[in-house]
Amino acid sequence: MRLVNGLIDWVDARLPVVNTYKKHMSEYYAPKNFNFWYYFGVLSMVVLINQLLTGIWLTMFYSPSDGFGSVEYIMRDVQWGWLIRYMHAVGASAFFAVVYLHMFRGLLYGSYKPPRELVWIFGMLIYVALMAEGFLGYVLPWGNMSYWGAQVIISLAGAIPFDMLPFIDAKDAKEIGEALTTWVRGDYLLSTATVNKFFALHVVAIPLVLVALVFLHILALHEVGSNNPDGVEIKQNKDENGIPRDGIPFHPYYTVKDLPGVIVFLMIFAVVIFFFPTGGGYLIEKPNFVAANPLKTPDHIAPVWYYGPYYAMLRATTIEWFSMSAKSWGLIAMGGGIVVLFLLPWLDRHPVKSIRYKGWLSKTLLLIFALDFLMLGFLGTQPASGLYKTLAQIGTVYYFLFFFIGLPLAHRFEKSKPVPERVTGGH
Amino acid sequence: MKKLVVALLFSCLPAFASAAGGHDVELEKAPVNLQDKVSLQNGAKLFVNYCMGCHSLEYLRYGRMADDLGMPDALTLKYLNFTTDKIGDQMKNGMSAEDGKAWFGNPPPDLSLAARHRSSDWIYSYLIGFYEDDARPYGYNNHVFPSVGMPHVMAGMQQDLSEEEFESNMGDITNFLTYAAEPIAPTRERIGVYVLVFLAILLIPAYLLKKEYWKDVH
Repeated sequence: MRLVNGLIDWVDARLPVVNTYKKHMSEYYAPKNFNFWYYFGVLSMVVLINQLLTGIWLTMFYSPSDGFGSVEYIMRDVQWGWLIRYMHAVGASAFFAVVYLHMFRGLLYGSYKPPRELVWIFGMLIYVALMAEGFLGYVLPWGNMSYWGAQVIISLAGAIPFDMLPFIDAKDAKEIGEALTTWVRGDYLLSTATVNKFFALHVVAIPLVLVALVFLHILALHEVGSNNPDGVEIKQNKDENGIPRDGIPFHPYYTVKDLPGVIVFLMIFAVVIFFFPTGGGYLIEKPNFVAANPLKTPDHIAPVWYYGPYYAMLRATTIEWFSMSAKSWGLIAMGGGIVVLFLLPWLDRHPVKSIRYKGWLSKTLLLIFALDFLMLGFLGTQPASGLYKTLAQIGTVYYFLFFFIGLPLAHRFEKSKPVPERVTGGH
Repeated sequence: MKKLVVALLFSCLPAFASAAGGHDVELEKAPVNLQDKVSLQNGAKLFVNYCMGCHSLEYLRYGRMADDLGMPDALTLKYLNFTTDKIGDQMKNGMSAEDGKAWFGNPPPDLSLAARHRSSDWIYSYLIGFYEDDARPYGYNNHVFPSVGMPHVMAGMQQDLSEEEFESNMGDITNFLTYAAEPIAPTRERIGVYVLVFLAILLIPAYLLKKEYWKDVH
C-alpha cells in the first residue's frame, strides 16, 4: 500500500492525476435529480468505445481493394469476426439512436442555454463528424447500396450553387462542380481509389476529430456544470463548504447509477446483434448483400434510417427558384437543417429553461417537432412521390418554422409556471 | 412527460411495420429450418448436382459446409465435389463470366448471399415458379422473375416427382441456401441467449449497488 501511495505521489508531483480525478469524478457535483433522459450521454460514450475497439479489429482484416469480399471473409473465416462486424454495424445505428435521444434531452430541458452554449456547439460538431463518419463507413463494405448511396451523396458536391457568386457564371459553376466531385471521388468514377480514401478518413482522420471533440464536450460541460430536468442552476445554492446543496459527487453516485443503465442498454443492443443484426433491412439493407455494381441501380436508393430526416429535406424541394435548381435548394434545406441546430442557443428566447415550467404552447410545439422529425426520418427512407412528397414538404417547413418562429416567440404567447429555487423530487 | 415518451414510441411503429415491403409478386413461405440436418444435406446434394454447374458459392468452403452439416470430409469430397478442389477451398465452378453472358444473357450470379439479398421466400417461390412458355428461348418462364435467362434445369425432376416431393426438394435447396448465406446464424442465436442471461444476472448486483449507494441521497 505504501508503495502504491508513494507511486501516486511521485506521479502526482509531475502530472495532475489526483486533481483531475477529483475535478471530473469524485468532486464533480452533478444535480441529484437526473432522470431517464440523462443516461444517453454515458451511453454515447459506451457506443463510441464499442465503435473504436471493434473498428480496430475490423481494420486488421478489412481490405479496401476488396471491400465486399473482405467483409464476407470477416463474417465467415475470421474467428468471431461476425460478432465484431455486427457489433460495429449495429453500433453505428445505436450511436445515432442514443445521440438523437441525448440531443432531444437538450431540447426538453434547455441544456444548450447559457452558460452551456459551447457544450451544445461541441456536441453539434460531434454530430456532424458522426454523420461524416457514418457515411464513410457505410461505403466501405462496398455493397450495391454502398455504391449507389455514395454516388448520390458525392453528386451533391456538384449541386453546390457556385453561380450564386457574382463573378461565376452557370457554365463555370458546372465545371467547378464536376471538378469538385472528381476530387472527392479521387477518380473519374467511384472506384477502389474512392474506397481507399474513405477508409483512411473513416479509420484515422474522423475518429481523431471525434475523440478530440468528445474531450472538449466533456471539458466544457464540467466547467459550467450539468443542467437538470428542472433547469435549476445548482451552483447558485451552495453550502458552507462551497458544495452545491443539490449536487452529489459524480463518482460514486452517478457511476453506480449509470452501471445498471448501461447493462439494460447492452441487453437491447445484444438482442439486435444476436437476433436481428440486419434490423429487417433497416440496419444492413438487402441490396448491400450484392457487391457494388455500376450497371445495376437498386430499385430504390434509400439512406440508412439515421440520415432519413435530412434526406427527406434534400428531396422535398421541387421547383427552380431565384434561378437556382431544385437540387440546389434541397442541398440548402438539408444543410440549413443542420446549421440551424448550431444556432439553437440564440434562437431560443424563452426565459425558462426546462419544458417542465414552460407553457402549453412550447410543449405542443416541441411535441409536434419530435413527431415531425420522426416523420421526416421515415419519409427519408421511402420513395418520394405523391402524398409522401407533400408530407416531406410540410415537415420541412414545420422544421424551420419551429426554429425561426416557435423558439424565438413562443414565450410571448404563453404563461410559464414559476421555476423552483431548488431541484425537485430528488431521485 | 410519460405521455410524450409513449407518443414518441408509437410514432416509431409505422416505420418498423413498413420495413417488410418489397416486390409486387406474392411470395410463398419457404420451409426454412436450419436445425434440420437431413433437409440441409439434401439441399446441398441437390445444389451441387443441379445448380452448381453455373452458380458458385464462393464465400462458402467445402470444409465449413461439411462441419456445419455434419458430413465427414472424405464423403463430402467424394459425393459433393465434382472438381479437383481441396476440403478448405471455396465452392467455385468452372464457368467463366464471359461464357455465362454468352449463353444466358447474363452471367449466372454467385448464390452465397442470395438468401440475404433476395429472401428465402423469394428463392423458394422462384424455384417452384417455373411454367411452360414457348415464347422463351428455353421453353420456360417464371412467375417470380419474368423473362429470366435461366432455363428450368429441374424440369426433368418436376416431371418425375409428385408435386409434394418436388416442392419438398425445392424447400431443401432453399433451406441450404439460407444456411449458406449466413452459416453462423444458429450459433449466433444460441450465443445470444447466453449473453442475455449473463447480462440479466449482472443487472441484479449492479442495481443493488446503486440502491445501496443512493440510500443517503435525499
